[in-house]
Parts: sequence; structure tokens; C-alpha cells
Amino acid sequence: MKIFIHQIINGFALGSVYALLAIGYSMVYGIINLVNFAHGSVYMVSAFIGLFLATRLSLPFTMILIIVMLASAFIGMSIEKIAYKPLRNSPKVALFITAIGMSMVLENGLRVNFLAGPNPWPFPTIIETVNYEIGGVSISNLQILTFAVVVVCTLLLQLFLFKTKTGCAMRVVSYDKDAAALMGINVNKVISITFAIGSGLAGAAGILVGMMYPKIDTLMGVMPGLKAFIAAIMGGIGNVPAAMFSGIFIGFTEAMTKAYVSSRMSDAISFIILIIILIFKPEGLFGKKKIEKV
Amino acid sequence: MKIKKKLIILISVLIAYGLLQGLIALGIVDNYFRRILVSIGINIIIALSLNLIVGITGQLSMGHAAFMSIGAYASAVSSVALHTPLVVSLLIGCIVSGIIAAIVGYPILRLKGGYFSMCTLGFGEIVKVAFQNIDSLGGARGYTGIPASVNLTFVFFSVVIVFLIVTNLVNSSFGRTLRSVKDNEIATEAMGNKAQNYKMLGFITGSIIVAFAGGLYAHYITYIEPAMFNYSKSTEFLTFIVLGGIGSNTGSIIGSTILTLIPEVLRNISSELNELRMFIYGVIIIIMMIFRPQGLLGTNELTIAGIKRFIIKVKSRFAGKNKIQKEV
Repeated sequence: MKIFIHQIINGFALGSVYALLAIGYSMVYGIINLVNFAHGSVYMVSAFIGLFLATRLSLPFTMILIIVMLASAFIGMSIEKIAYKPLRNSPKVALFITAIGMSMVLENGLRVNFLAGPNPWPFPTIIETVNYEIGGVSISNLQILTFAVVVVCTLLLQLFLFKTKTGCAMRVVSYDKDAAALMGINVNKVISITFAIGSGLAGAAGILVGMMYPKIDTLMGVMPGLKAFIAAIMGGIGNVPAAMFSGIFIGFTEAMTKAYVSSRMSDAISFIILIIILIFKPEGLFGKKKIEKV
Repeated sequence: MKIKKKLIILISVLIAYGLLQGLIALGIVDNYFRRILVSIGINIIIALSLNLIVGITGQLSMGHAAFMSIGAYASAVSSVALHTPLVVSLLIGCIVSGIIAAIVGYPILRLKGGYFSMCTLGFGEIVKVAFQNIDSLGGARGYTGIPASVNLTFVFFSVVIVFLIVTNLVNSSFGRTLRSVKDNEIATEAMGNKAQNYKMLGFITGSIIVAFAGGLYAHYITYIEPAMFNYSKSTEFLTFIVLGGIGSNTGSIIGSTILTLIPEVLRNISSELNELRMFIYGVIIIIMMIFRPQGLLGTNELTIAGIKRFIIKVKSRFAGKNKIQKEV
């Protein structure tokens, strides 16, 4: 029983990271219908930026978090401007292939010897790990912090989407781009903001993951990226709280599979979930069914 | 006329083969270069099959390496355990891959765009993990002891045969229907063709051909492991056809040839550059998509008549320029 509760806590922490990534996926897919394959790479790059800030400049945690979130927001916006914007009116396949190319560029560009190199880097301790014992189950302050960051970010984002003018504009653009443009909404700006927010959250995820699992390498973004995508699909595209919950659910299943089935099978099980959901409920567990128009 | 055309193709293939053998006999094509030629041949078959799925039928599959691994494992097991001759092993690999493609394709080909791609990607990872967990197939350590029965001659004629099959398929009424599925599914349905059935057929055919390539690969390097066929392999295959032209068979050949040669050239220049290979692939993909999304050739095929037309066009342009200069 103790192990079981411990796995639940582990799953929560891991799932929080997936949730942060899933929100970005969900928002980007909702607004330009693109599976942003480079999202996992942005998360990886931001972990390396965090590493640089922590080792070279030895800044405190809050400073690192803010700087990394800003930097990754900038990276996300630039990716959109460089690679996706010229292709906005071309077929979806072209856009998707570009996203794959972008992730290849980021992952393998950083693998060069004078940047990060192919070997994993140890992540420095920014905050001392403290383990609290509650009824025989230990929970670390990093796990609590991760979960807190996710909840705060989701709440802020939800407020932003439903209470501000820009958030309203974002919802409108995701509903109908042309009509939004006719209503005087600057579509390009809204798309840029979406990318900035999504990538900023990915940046936060990168830092948190570096602190929890203190080893980072250039391919660390591939699997979490894919799993976050699974979470985004599961929650229903464009639905922020649902993306958060399904991210945590995916983290849960992964922790459980690792503990009780086999650590090698955990990736396969996430993908089996994806395929089952896409086949039986492609609009997501919490999504609305869309009627296809000719 | 038709017989004449076929004869021309046959003779030109034989001449090419003779030239190749001559170069080998003269020692110009050494062992190293022969290895490169074999991998180019295998990559051409892969690119042609992926082009059938992505370029012609319009379904962006990202789990192509999985079908290659299924073909490779099935044919290798048949060779090692049942001692079947090479051709039979390859056929078994193709059949197994075709059946699995049908089972997997039936549900996931209903999905649209990015969803289908992510599903195939997931399928690729599941296949990799499955092979890693089957201990009788060597698990993650890989499967060894496959007889080295494939040589350059076999690969050469396989490429020719696969190319002829795929070109004929694409130019038949079946191929035209596949193209119509790519362009507009609803219009295809309105013409009385079940889009789902044609997508299935295209997907299965592509998977069978890539399984053939997988079998060739397994019997050439005599050793396979699940990690060889991971998701970055599938994206590498995608690069082949993106460079050559999505929807063009000759384009796929050119793309896969160039991209198989690039790492070898880079390796000869410096090992540092070779590490940048995947980075360069990524840059190629982005630049191609932005500036020439249809690839080097686009959907056009490289034909002799087309080259003639091109030469005449260039010539006339030069002639025209000369005239203008004289007048000035």
C-alpha cells in the first residue's frame, strides 16, 4: 500500500510536467491545427538554458524560472515566425513536416560538441530537496512545487482566456480565423501570443523536470513531447483544464506501469491509450463532437 | 510501340548492369563503394514505398520503419529457423507485413491528417517495444546469424523490379484513384470510389514493399536490432521523399540517393560534420518546405522526353539571348 501511494505521488509529479506540455500542444493545435512537433524540443532547449543560468550565473529559482519562461516563449515565437508562418496557407501535411524538421534542427543542433554534446548533463540543485514524511509516505518539496506551478499556471491561463480581451481574441481565432480577421483581430499577433504562452509553459516544465530528475540530454524532449500530445488529444483540443487532468492521468499510468508491469512497456502503453482514444473518441474525453462540413 | 518501349527499358537496364559489373571488374567500384550502392538501392525501395503512401495516397505515415522491421524480422526468422531460400523468406516478410498493415490500417486510416501521423508514430514505437520484449528474437540485443545471401546484383534487380511495379501501379487507374484520394476525399467518394478502401490498398502495398526492403537489409548486414527501426529512422525516410518531391517516383530515387551519399561524403570530410547529419536533414526539410514545398521535382517525373524538352527550352532561351545581344 505504501508503494502504491508513493507511485501515486510520483505519477502526480511526472504528470504535472506532461500537463504543462500538453497545455501548449492543445493551444497551438486549437489555433492553427498543427501538431507542433517542435514543442518537446523547446522544452529540452529550455532545460539547457536553465542549466546554463544555474551553473554559470547561479541565480535563485524564481529568477531562473522567469528568465527561462521568457526565453522559451521567445524561442517558440521565433519558430513560428521562421518556420510556420510562411506555410500558413499550404496543406497541413507541409506544415507538419516542417514541424518535424524544426524538432530535428533543435535536437541535433544542440548535440554538437561545442554546445551540449551527445552526453547527458547533471542538473545542479537549485532548491535543496526536503522530504516530508506524512503517514510513512515521503513526498519531496520539489514534487509539491511542480504540482503547485501546474495548478497556478492552469488557473492563470483559464482566467486569461476567459476574462481578458486577448484571451477572447484567441478563442475567436481558434473558432474561425477569417471571421476573426474581419472583426479587426490581428490574427498574426494572436498566433504569436499563443505560441509564446505554450512555449513559456514548456520552459517551466523543462526547469521542473531538470530539478526532479537531475539529468538532462538533448533527446529528453522526444518522449515527453509525444506523451503530452497524447494528453492533449485525450483532453480534447483547446481545453486547458482537461489537458491538465489528462496529462496527470498519463503520468499516473506511466508510474503505475513502471511499478507493476514493466519499465520497458510504459511507452508502449501510452501509445496504446492514444490509438484507442483516437479510434473511439477522436474529439477527446471532454471535447465536443464536431460535424464535418463539405 | 509498347513492345519497343519495353525492349528499350530491358536493354538499358542490362547495359546499366553491365557497366556496373565492368566498373567492379576494373576495381573502380571497391568494396566500400559497393556497400554504399547496396544501401542506396535499399533506400530507393523504401523511398518508393513511402512515396506510394505519403506522396500518392496522401497519408503521412510516420511508422514506416516499423513495417520495415516487421519485414526484416519475419524474413530473418524464416531464413534462420525454417531454412527457407532467400526469395521465400522475403515473400514471407512481405505477407506478414501486409497482414499487419491491413489490421492496423483499417481503424487508423479513418483518422485525418496529424492524427493519423501520430497514430502511425505510436504504432512504430509499440512495434519497437514489442520486439525489444520478445526474448526469442534476441530482445533489445538484436537478432544475429542471418545468412548473408543478398548481394549487389540481387539489390540492383530488386530496385528495377520495384520501380517498374510502382510506376505501373501509379499510372494505372488504381494509381489515379489513389491520387484523387490525396487531392479530395469527398470528390473521390462522389465518383463512386470508397476512399477508405483505396487508402487501405495504398497503405498495404507500401507496407509490403518496405517489408521487402527490410528483408533485403536484414540479409545484407546479417544483424538486426529493434533500435535500428525507431522513430528517427521513419523521419529520415520522410526526408528522402520530401527532398525528391512528394508524389514523384523518380524524385524519390534522386532524394534517397542524395541523402544516402551525403553522410558518406561528410564522413570523408570530417567526423564533426557527420554528427551534424540529422541537423542538416532538418534544415533541408524546413528550407524545402518553405521555398519549394513540392520537392526538387514536385509531382513531375524525370523522363527522357522531359529532359529533351528541358534542353530545347534552355537552348532556345540561349539562342534568344544571343540574338538580342547581336541586335544591341
